[in-house]
Amino acid sequence: MDGTPGATAAETVLRVKDLKKHFPVHRGVLSRVVGHVFAVDGVSFEIHRGETLCLVGESGCGKSTVAKTVMRLQEPTAGTVELNGNDITKLGQEELRAHRREMQIVFQDPYSSLNPRMSAGAIVGEPLTNYGLAHGADLQARIAKLFERVGLRADAMAKYPHEFSGGQRQRLGIARALAVNPRLIVADEPVSALDVSVQAQVLNLLIDLQEEFRLAYLFVSHDLAVVEHIGHRIAVMYLGRIVELADNADLFGEPLHPYTEALLAAAPLPEPGAKRERLILQGDVPSPMKPPPGCHFHTRCPYAEARCKVETPKLEEVKPAHWVACHLRPRGGPFGPLKARAA
Amino acid sequence: MTALATATAAPAAAPASSDTILSVRDLRTQFFTRDGVVRAVDGVSFDLKRGETLCIVGESGCGKSVTALSILRLIPRGAGRIVGGSIKFEGTELTTLPEDQMRKIRGNRISMIFQEPMTSLNPVLTVGAQIAESLHIHQGLDRRAAWDRAVEMLSIVRIADPKRRAGEYPHQLSGGMRQRVMIAIALACNPKVLIADEPTTALDVTIQAQILNLMLELKERLGTAIVLITHDLGVVAETAQRVIVMYAGRKAEEASVEELFRNPIHPYTRGLMGSIPRRTATGRRSNIRGRLQEISGIVPSLREEIPGCAFAPRCSYAVDRCRTEQPPLDPHGPYHLAACWEAARVAATPR
Ligand SMILES: Nc1ncnc2c1ncn2[C@@H]1O[C@H](COP(=O)(O)OP(=O)(O)OP(=O)(O)O)[C@@H](O)[C@H]1O
Ligand SMILES: Nc1ncnc2c1ncn2[C@@H]1O[C@H](COP(=O)(O)OP(=O)(O)OP(=O)(O)O)[C@@H](O)[C@H]1O
Ligand code: SF4
Ligand SMILES: [Mg+2]
Ligand SMILES: [Mg+2]
Repeated sequence: MDGTPGATAAETVLRVKDLKKHFPVHRGVLSRVVGHVFAVDGVSFEIHRGETLCLVGESGCGKSTVAKTVMRLQEPTAGTVELNGNDITKLGQEELRAHRREMQIVFQDPYSSLNPRMSAGAIVGEPLTNYGLAHGADLQARIAKLFERVGLRADAMAKYPHEFSGGQRQRLGIARALAVNPRLIVADEPVSALDVSVQAQVLNLLIDLQEEFRLAYLFVSHDLAVVEHIGHRIAVMYLGRIVELADNADLFGEPLHPYTEALLAAAPLPEPGAKRERLILQGDVPSPMKPPPGCHFHTRCPYAEARCKVETPKLEEVKPAHWVACHLRPRGGPFGPLKARAA
Repeated sequence: MTALATATAAPAAAPASSDTILSVRDLRTQFFTRDGVVRAVDGVSFDLKRGETLCIVGESGCGKSVTALSILRLIPRGAGRIVGGSIKFEGTELTTLPEDQMRKIRGNRISMIFQEPMTSLNPVLTVGAQIAESLHIHQGLDRRAAWDRAVEMLSIVRIADPKRRAGEYPHQLSGGMRQRVMIAIALACNPKVLIADEPTTALDVTIQAQILNLMLELKERLGTAIVLITHDLGVVAETAQRVIVMYAGRKAEEASVEELFRNPIHPYTRGLMGSIPRRTATGRRSNIRGRLQEISGIVPSLREEIPGCAFAPRCSYAVDRCRTEQPPLDPHGPYHLAACWEAARVAATPR
């Protein structure tokens, strides 16, 4: 296969190559462009049928922008997005419509993403109506089925969003996404706004639905515990780029990129007294308007060498199905612990 | 009377000794809205010892912030008030203290880090001026000395180039730096008690780790007792000595952190622990894509009086009595309190 991370023989639903999204920054009365936010700066990955690829990383690293450009809710600056083998980046709105059915999005905020003036039934049925797939009694029956499938009572169809709890609203969003039988669901922080007990309901539901319909998920989250629970493969982003991509067990068992290592060490564990060697990163995340040269991470990396400041490391498959972008992690190893440099 | 039971149960397990710096008894805080009375805090009791870290956990809306605001007497006038109970700080009753004396305690002996750093910093004052102001008011430092101390505080919370940063405005700082400024303000006067309300929720994990470490380090150095409010059980496990679990304005369980994680008794606490996806220190998950435990149902409305146990409608152990009579906080072992009628049966059920 070609050099796309995650490329295997399995049925590929989504293939993203060298995706870039740069936002111009305007200033002054003339709105001159004074720079760019390099929100997504060359991202490639694939997702297969029945698979969950998680995108993790800290606030502002470009996760939502990847999700939105994949859905073409935002136009990419460069790169391609193939859905079931068709490049959708250059399609016009009409042609895009047919492909949109195949991928649906679930948003983070169940409070603002549902139209408050539509009944819950109408919200869930809207995609069916839009695509002219059902009407009348058939439409009502299909909506009722969707309600049941996500664990809501069918008689709640007449209610309005404000009458539902956060978790129930997120179920409405999921039911709506399922309505047109998509193959891919892009879920941008679908449980981040929920209390843990409600989060558990939604995660369980997503896993059940995936098993039932062999759905592919692009699952965006900043919560490592959630990602470890739900992801088959994990991509870690830092300042617009993927720095590591591997199977769940490999990534959590043997993180190879220094940023991944720091991220795992920083997340507190629900285990009192768990003594861990804690690598605490110093400094703040740099501005995506002026990402550091070379490796974006070198300003905070305890292992950085001279070349890290000038040379951009490529995302390479350093061992089977484990991709890393770090000068200290060449193809074939060594993979042991790195040695911190004296500051 | 159940209210009395709640009030008297707490000292049984955690006696209010000379070690106790803050003692809350049967605190009740209510809001008066057009749709009725909201019982935000409904009979909460606890003690805080000198120099310890006590965590308060619970789901959104269970009354954590209102408990904190009540202690500092910051419940917005007109919206609500403390309607009952007692709050004693070093022996002084705070609920009835005149406002001018309360002002001497607030931000000085007891200080608070608020949930949202951007809204609690003044946008038109430099951060140095905000720290200096508190030192000027409370410690009587002159302007010059207060400024110098403000710069020193910024370096204590590890803000690089503190002289320059002191002259900057909040919007010029990153989220992590603003939170560090909040900590600097809160600690400037060497408070005896620091109440931190979700101090890291808005921050990234790597920045969160910096801030938590900093708070614990400063606590060691200054001997400040900390009340840390959070809904993140990971944060609890890594910072607390003792934990209070709240549910619907009431205390459901209280124990040392090890005991609570090893042996949770209240069905709500058990549900909470079962519903978090777990990562473990060894890097191996306990439960790969397995089912998480769900707590079915929703949190009750605080607008209606809850006659029995507030968790009863969602509890799989509930019996008739749970729906009519409020369970007292009973001791279960050396230092472990739980408010559950069926505690013995729950404890005997493996998790
Ligand atoms: N429409 C826009 N115009 C300009 N900049 C933008 C726009 N949308 C996003 N950005 C910037 O692009 C970067 C990436 O943003 P994005 O929302 O993708 O991050 P994220 O990883 O989803 O973060 P979070 O975890 O906070 O949701 C950020 O610096 C953000 O400020
Ligand atoms: N000004 C107010 N007027 C009316 N009700 C209020 C007011 N402030 C808080 N409440 C109610 O009091 C209850 C407790 O709120 P509180 O802010 O203490 O919750 P919390 O435990 O801090 O939740 P979170 O985790 O979301 O911060 C909630 O039901 C809330 O709606
Ligand atoms: S490339 Fe260099 S700076 Fe970047 S993560 Fe690896 S060691 Fe650190
Ligand atoms: Mg986002
Ligand atoms: Mg709160």
